[in-house]
Amino acid sequence: MEPALAPTRRDEDWRYSDVNALVDLDHGTFENWRDIDVAAGESFCECIVIEGDSGTDLRRLRVKIGEGARCELFAVNAGGRLGRVEVVVRLAQGAHFEFGGVTLGGGNTTREFVTRVAHDEPGATSNQTVRSVHWDSGTGNFLGRIDVVRDAQKTNAGQDFKALLLNKGASANAVPQLEIFADDVKCNHGATVGQLDEAARFYMAARGIPPELSQKLLIRAFLADAFVTLENEAERDRLLETALAALGDRA
Amino acid sequence: MLKIDNLHAEVGGTQILNGLDLEVNAGEVHAIMGPNGAGKSTLAYVLGGRPGYEVTDGSVSFMGKDLLDMDPHERAALGLFLGFQYPVEIPGVSNVQFLREALNAQRKSRGEEPLSAGDFLKLAREKAALLQMDMEMLKRNVNVGFSGGEKKRAEMVQMGILGPKMAVLDETDSGLDIDALRIVGDGINSMQRAPDKAVLLITHYQRLLDVVKPDFVHVLAKGRIVKTGGADLAVTLESEGYEAVAA
Repeated sequence: MEPALAPTRRDEDWRYSDVNALVDLDHGTFENWRDIDVAAGESFCECIVIEGDSGTDLRRLRVKIGEGARCELFAVNAGGRLGRVEVVVRLAQGAHFEFGGVTLGGGNTTREFVTRVAHDEPGATSNQTVRSVHWDSGTGNFLGRIDVVRDAQKTNAGQDFKALLLNKGASANAVPQLEIFADDVKCNHGATVGQLDEAARFYMAARGIPPELSQKLLIRAFLADAFVTLENEAERDRLLETALAALGDRA
Repeated sequence: MLKIDNLHAEVGGTQILNGLDLEVNAGEVHAIMGPNGAGKSTLAYVLGGRPGYEVTDGSVSFMGKDLLDMDPHERAALGLFLGFQYPVEIPGVSNVQFLREALNAQRKSRGEEPLSAGDFLKLAREKAALLQMDMEMLKRNVNVGFSGGEKKRAEMVQMGILGPKMAVLDETDSGLDIDALRIVGDGINSMQRAPDKAVLLITHYQRLLDVVKPDFVHVLAKGRIVKTGGADLAVTLESEGYEAVAA
């Protein structure tokens, strides 16, 4: 029997996804959302890693961040034919949400982040940084929606996406979606997709750094942006190493 | 040390160098001057091996080897240093990391042991001091947020740390104020004026040549050397202009 919920690419949230990969999924788990409640004034930090080459790995999180509380999520999305991390966030007054993620993949894989951050009350802040590196026919997506309700004055929300494509055929999609109903807010988003900086690579070569090493140094620096705000240095290193391992010889 | 013979090169299908000959021996400082579009920067990039700069004829030997047959990083390891007119910014990579990777990659390709972190920092501190550059600046990302003058001084610190046989410096004097010009010039003299080293200075102006006295001055026009003289040629050029001298 067909599952009750089978998204198609007509669904905004699944627009660039590999919906065919969902057949691999146990449909009973499709609506398994994990709830994270961060109580007022508390702090919460978690690192998510998706590894492994096949199947579909879907992580769906619903996060409530109480007044003045702080939630930080960091993710390495480098697994599955489809690896997808979906985060729905509701921010109370003065709360902060921090998200730093990287997507990596070659072959025919799709790795994506879908976030929906709701600034429900005044004075909350959110910051999202996503870096993607893809090769072969790999695809990386970042769909980021930010809702700011009418009362949520003094909201400060930011989204920053950069993708690096190592060859023709790889692709990246960014869909920033900002719906702002308050007038005294700061919201910004940026998205770029490009190749390795050839000027930098020649500069490095002119100093004696071979091409394999300059590629590694540049990719490492590129990915590190996503974890700058992760204070735990050991965790920061672990995530970066995990990401680099997914790149194999490329980094 | 460097012998350029009948060098022809093109960029994007346009012929820029048209039979350039030049020989630089150990212990010498040569200056190449010339009007805009003469091919000065093209010469520097061709020597460095920049992609897109295609040699169509001629040969270049460096340290007895065919330079044009080598990749850019191999040229550097053999002792060629290219000072950039516009040094490139590399976000996320610190000067210290960049230079240590560069030096150790060069040492590795020469079959030498890598330099330890401590020894490297000692070397970096010494060369930075020569250029009156704060070590704190070397901890920052490569050229990111540096002023034009700081970038050029950083180039010279890089040269000092890497210790090349030959430095090809492409308009290292542009963007420098008078004091910085003196610091950079003194740096070149102390680091690169040696019996086993050489310098090829590419410049528009005589100012730098007042500090770094060249043994030979060449005038480059339309892709070839049209006149060669001593340090006094630069003075004549400054007062009479390229057109009069090169005609």
